[in-house]
Amino acid sequence: MKRYDLIIIGAGPSGLSAAIEAGKRGMSVIVFDENERPGGQLFKQIHKFFGSKEHKAKIRGFVIGQQLLDEAAKAGVEVRLSATVIGMYPQHEVVVKIGQGVEHFKGDAIIVATGAAENMVTFDGWTLPGVIGAGAAQTMMNLHGIRPGKRILMLGSGNVGLVVAFQLMQAGCQVEALVDAAPRVGGYGVHASKVARTGVPFYLSHTIKKAEGTDHVTGATIAQVDSHFQFIPGTEKHFDVDTICLAVGLSPMSQLLKMAGCQMDNSGKGGGQIPVVDESGATSVPGIYAVGDVAGIEEASSAMIEGRMAGIKAAEYLGFEAQESGDAEFEKNVQALDGLRQGMFAPQNRGKKIELTEEGIPVSENLLTHGFVADDEIGRFPGVTHRAGVHPVMECTQNIPCNPCQDACKNGCISIGKNITNLPFVVEGKKCIDCGMCVASCSGQAVFLVDEDTGGGHAQVTLPYEFLPLPKKGDMGKGLSRSGRPICDAKVVRVRTGKAFDHTALVTIEVPADMAMKARFFRADGEEDAR
Amino acid sequence: MRLDRSIDLGPCLPKEGDDQIICRCEEVTQGEIRQAVHAGMFTLAEVRRYLRCGMGLCQGQTCGKLVARIMAGEMKVPVSQIAPASSRSPMRPIAMQVWADEKEGGRPE
Amino acid sequence: MDDGRIQEHPILGQYTKGKIVSFTFDGKPMQGCEGEPIAMALHAAGVMVHRYTAKKHTPRGIFCAIGRCTDCVMVVDGVPNVRTCMEPLREGMNVQTQIGVSTSGEEMQA
Repeated sequence: MKRYDLIIIGAGPSGLSAAIEAGKRGMSVIVFDENERPGGQLFKQIHKFFGSKEHKAKIRGFVIGQQLLDEAAKAGVEVRLSATVIGMYPQHEVVVKIGQGVEHFKGDAIIVATGAAENMVTFDGWTLPGVIGAGAAQTMMNLHGIRPGKRILMLGSGNVGLVVAFQLMQAGCQVEALVDAAPRVGGYGVHASKVARTGVPFYLSHTIKKAEGTDHVTGATIAQVDSHFQFIPGTEKHFDVDTICLAVGLSPMSQLLKMAGCQMDNSGKGGGQIPVVDESGATSVPGIYAVGDVAGIEEASSAMIEGRMAGIKAAEYLGFEAQESGDAEFEKNVQALDGLRQGMFAPQNRGKKIELTEEGIPVSENLLTHGFVADDEIGRFPGVTHRAGVHPVMECTQNIPCNPCQDACKNGCISIGKNITNLPFVVEGKKCIDCGMCVASCSGQAVFLVDEDTGGGHAQVTLPYEFLPLPKKGDMGKGLSRSGRPICDAKVVRVRTGKAFDHTALVTIEVPADMAMKARFFRADGEEDAR
Repeated sequence: MRLDRSIDLGPCLPKEGDDQIICRCEEVTQGEIRQAVHAGMFTLAEVRRYLRCGMGLCQGQTCGKLVARIMAGEMKVPVSQIAPASSRSPMRPIAMQVWADEKEGGRPE
Repeated sequence: MDDGRIQEHPILGQYTKGKIVSFTFDGKPMQGCEGEPIAMALHAAGVMVHRYTAKKHTPRGIFCAIGRCTDCVMVVDGVPNVRTCMEPLREGMNVQTQIGVSTSGEEMQA
């Protein structure tokens, strides 16, 4: 029987964060993870994170994963991979399958950070090869460099569905449609918009009726559903796809906690069966903590903070940290967590329909039903203004806790206002120097640099571009609207890449002057898809 | 809360989707699960024992929630009232020879 | 080796992969990268069906890709129920379609 001060189950964002805090305080810490690689889902997350600096905003998930691993190593944390915890007991005993054997461990404290499993939906043909989870798609393309398919239908408009749809396109797949039974897009509007502007159609109040094929998927039929989620006859639509990707939510993987005798909550809040925990993640069994998705589905940024909080409290519990200094440190994390749990998508607002922004502006209805803000709606948001010369246009229309655009502008052109969830606006009297940092920094790819009059009836729009092949100066093509429809001829006049932009290229296109506030994506000639 | 086993669910009429596989591992269909409920199996544990759904290689990782939802639908109760199945070791598929061959520290020296 | 692989990714650049190794799928020679999950090498080569189920004899392939759902199991070097989305590919592996819980399905009732 091996003993540790602290055993952590799961080397994802919350588990590693807990390990770092405990390790820094001199505790002997071991982290078990059943996977061959650590980091949980972080290494599959290739988009820039939201939040503020303290939440590691505008850093890509896989980079955060590497940072956490480095910090954990520095803190003396032992990470055991391919080590599957198969049992956990109230006496702080953990049974682990390692290689071809089973080993027993005891921890004076245990932090469970096992994360979540994907939910599934059933339809005719859902067991056919080619129907996969969104997590599978991410694993295949982002870890292993394998395209899940050529033509994809995505089911689910939550952040996972939206983000993975975008990633599929980055991997060179064609996303034929994004479908959700719900009447409104569930994820961030900015994630939806960056998918919609490439031309992916959104079908809300629709779901999959059938996956077609005998040995593998060769097509899909979707149909509209009524308010009771029943199919409406005659609304069927067929898509020639080889892959159907399911992103319909997550459930906490909390079985170990239940096995260890922790009091559980089966009411359904938190996405499934979750342990009853206090603010620090402490369960009803002294010395056993639960953090991250296993304690209620949220996202990686909050999981990291929850992990730190439990790590500090476990150190206090075992006397590795004085209560006073530990509590002070804990309080800082409480603040950081509160900072994240604000705005329209905060846990307390889940399932609510919000009609007005904090600024009192009506939310874009088109964004919620079609994935993009309509031309006649965009002007009412504070980031969208007309000015002489080049200026930022921030198509940020929902209150989410995020502020990298404000930090990005060294000239102070951009302000969020007093609350981190407020919508950004352009500050009067400050001069934009066209540096592009705001465009590259926006995690939602919602910032554009626009010069509405460059002479000769032309305008220029600089947009974020994260696809290959990268357009080149002089390339001709089409300017696409927010809905992804070609609306004008466009010529690439400048392409900027740079370390500071972190793989977000800045493509500047010249378009007719009346398209300055409408053209938001570029498609080169000859790259027209078969749609 | 004590489970009311006297409730009358009425006859088990055929429903769209009855042929659909719910438990992928053990190939249990929606119709079979509905019939099991009508036959008086009101907890996940009973349905598992009877039909083996959730007892295959994945141990109910994929179908657990789906089965609970179907049962709740038949019993006309919220899903939260369907008691989750028990959790016990091993939590992941493991070959018996590995399970039995505990390494050093597994047994009292 | 084939077009199922992403040659260059706009964010991730080039992937670090193991050296190219040979293996067989139902006797057919194939190639993949050493250390990648068997399922990835098969998918890149266009193989979709990993097994046929015991009861209804329906095809299954990759579903969760992280070792949870166990739908992608195959017979590898004679051992059934190997999760191919987890098991690393090695030179000379003998990978076979699983029928029921073997390569022949003979344990299934007629």
